[in-house]
Amino acid sequence: MIMREITYRQALNEALAEELERDPNVFLMGEEVAEYNGAYKVSQGLLDRFGAERIIDTPISENGFAGLGVGAAMVGLRPIIEFMTFSFSLVAFDQVVNNAPNMLTMSGGQFNIPITFRGPNGPAHQLGATHSHATECLYANIPGLKVCTPATPRDAKGLLKTAVRDNNPVLVLESELLYSSKGMVEPLDVDLTIPLGEAEVKREGSDVTIICYAQTVPLALAAAEKLEDEDISSEIVDLRSIKPLDEEAIYNSIRKTHRVVIVEQDRPFCGVGAEVCYRIQKNIFDQLDAPIARVSQEDVPMPYNEKLEKAVLPNVDKLIGAVKKVCYA
Amino acid sequence: MQPAERDEVEMLSLMLLIRRFEERASQQYQAQKIGGFCHLYIGQEAVVVGAVAATRDDDYLITAYRDHAHALARGTSPDACMAELFGKETGCSKGLGGSMHYFDKARHMYGGHAIVGAHVPLACGLAFACKYRKEDRVTLCFFGDGAINQGAFHEALNLAALYKLPIVFICENNLFAMGTSVKRSTSLKQIVDRAEGYDIPGEIVDGMNFREVRDKLKEVVTSIRKEPHPAFMEVRTYRYRGHSMSDPASYRTKDELEKYRLDDPIIRLRAQLTREGKLTNEQFDNIDKQAKQTANDSVKFAEESPEPPLEKLYDYTYVS
Repeated sequence: MIMREITYRQALNEALAEELERDPNVFLMGEEVAEYNGAYKVSQGLLDRFGAERIIDTPISENGFAGLGVGAAMVGLRPIIEFMTFSFSLVAFDQVVNNAPNMLTMSGGQFNIPITFRGPNGPAHQLGATHSHATECLYANIPGLKVCTPATPRDAKGLLKTAVRDNNPVLVLESELLYSSKGMVEPLDVDLTIPLGEAEVKREGSDVTIICYAQTVPLALAAAEKLEDEDISSEIVDLRSIKPLDEEAIYNSIRKTHRVVIVEQDRPFCGVGAEVCYRIQKNIFDQLDAPIARVSQEDVPMPYNEKLEKAVLPNVDKLIGAVKKVCYA
Repeated sequence: MQPAERDEVEMLSLMLLIRRFEERASQQYQAQKIGGFCHLYIGQEAVVVGAVAATRDDDYLITAYRDHAHALARGTSPDACMAELFGKETGCSKGLGGSMHYFDKARHMYGGHAIVGAHVPLACGLAFACKYRKEDRVTLCFFGDGAINQGAFHEALNLAALYKLPIVFICENNLFAMGTSVKRSTSLKQIVDRAEGYDIPGEIVDGMNFREVRDKLKEVVTSIRKEPHPAFMEVRTYRYRGHSMSDPASYRTKDELEKYRLDDPIIRLRAQLTREGKLTNEQFDNIDKQAKQTANDSVKFAEESPEPPLEKLYDYTYVS
C-alpha cells in the first residue's frame, strides 16, 4: 500500500465525497458549501459532482439549518451540517444541545439522530473574542453527543467518515490552522475509518506523557523534539475523541511514564483537561510521581492584539516549562 | 393522492375523546399523579382534528408542548398517552418524555417539543426529507402564537420559502403566549402577516369551526401535493384553561372565557350534524359516554402500568 501525502483539507474533502458517494441519504448543508466551494474550500468540487439537491447553500441562519438537519435525521436522512466556524454554532446551541442529543431519550428510543456537525473549532489567528471559541468542553458536557478532534489529515478523513456513519449526533471539530497541514494517508481505494473513542500515541517516549488533541498535537510534537535535546523523552497521546474518551490509552501511557502534562486548546475552568485530570487521579493515582500539570488558554476573552493573543494561547515554551516541572528537571 | 372523506361523526367522537382525556389529565394532575408541566388543549379541539380530517395518515405531524391532542388525533392510544403523563413504561415515550414530549413514530407524530419555536426548523427538516425523496407527503407544523416571535421560527419560514418545502405552518392562535396577550407580544395586527414577509401564502381560519379548518387545509394540502411549497394558517382558537396547570389565567376576564365557551367547537359541530339529521341526541350521549369511559380506562391503565426499570437508565443516550 502506497501512502499519499495530502492536506488536512483534502482529506476532509475526500471523506465527504466518499460518504456522499456511498450513501444517497447523506447530504451536505451549510453557509457557502456549494457555489462558493466552502469558506475554507473543504467542499471544493462537491456541488459539481453531487448536484444542488445534495450540496446545499444556506442563508446565515445557523439555528434554522442546524434544526432542519435534525428534523431530516429524524426520518432517516444523514445530514452533514457545516458550521463556518463552531463559534457560530453557539447561535444554534439549542438545536445542537437540546434537540439533537435529547431526541432519543425524550421519544423513549424511537428517534435516533444520525447527524454530523462539522467545521473549524478553536482559536485561529487574531480573529478576536467572538470567532475564537474552543467549544469542545461545552459539547462534551452533553450526554447524547459525541465529540472528536482530528489533528492530522489521516485522522480527519477517518474520523469524519466514521462520524457520518454513526447513528448518533457527532461533532467533528476541525481546525482552521490545520487545514493546509500535510500528512500521510492511505490510497483512495482504501475505505479508511477510525473508531470514535480511540486515542493514538503519536510519539513514543518514557519520561513524561503529554496528552493533547487538535491544534495542540503539532505543538506537543514540536515540544517533544526540543525536550529530546535535553534528554527528556516524551510520549505524545493524541486523544482524537473527547467523547467517548479513551481512558485506557491514557492510563497505559502513564503506567510507563508516571508523569503527565495535559495541553489543551480550550479554557482552564471546566475544560477538557480538568475532566481528564480528575479521571487520572481517581483511577491510577498510585502511578503518579508528580502532580498533573495543565497548559491551556488563559481564562480571558480572546484579545485581538497579536502579542496578547499569543500570551493567552498554549505554546511550546509553556508546555516545555510544564514538562520540566513535572519531571523536576 | 388525497384521503377519503372522514366521517364527521367519527371526527366529533375524536374531539370528545380529546376533551374528556384532558379533563381526566387535569384531575390526575391535581391529585399529584402527574408531575412537571401539563398543558391542556380544551377549547382547541377543532384545530388538530380538522387538520387530521384534511390529511393522510402518512403525512408528517409535529407540534409544541400542548401535544396530547395531536397524538390522540393521530390515533395514539389514550392508554399510552395517559401512561406517559404518569411516567410509566407503557407511555408513548416510555415515560421518559412526559406531557411535553409525546412521540409516535408509527403514526408519523414527530413530537411534542418544549422549547418554544425550536421545533419549527425540525419541521422544515421533515419536509426537506420528503422533497429530497420525492414523496408527496405534507408536513403539518403546529405551534402557538408565542412561537412567532422566536428567531428559530423566522429562520425556518425563510428556509421553507427558499427551498419550496411541502409544509403547512399552523399557528394555533389562542390569544395568549403563556400569560401575555398577543396584543402585548406581537407588533403585527394579525399574525398571518408574518407569512407575507417570507412570500408564503397565508390565511386566517376560524379554529372553533371544524369544517372550516378541514376544508381550508384540504385546499392548501392539495395545492402542495401538486407542487411543493410552504403555506401558513393562522387558526384563531381559544384555550379554556390556563397556559399550564399551574396558571390560574387571571390575565383575562370571565366574560371573555364565556364568550368563547358559547362558541365551543364540539357544540358547534354537534349542532351542525344534528341540524342536518346526521346525529341524534341519543347518539351524541352515547359517543360522549364512550369517550368518558375510554378516558377513565386510560387512567386505570396508567395506574397499573410499571415504571421504567432503573437498569434501563443508560439505554437511551446512544444507539449502536
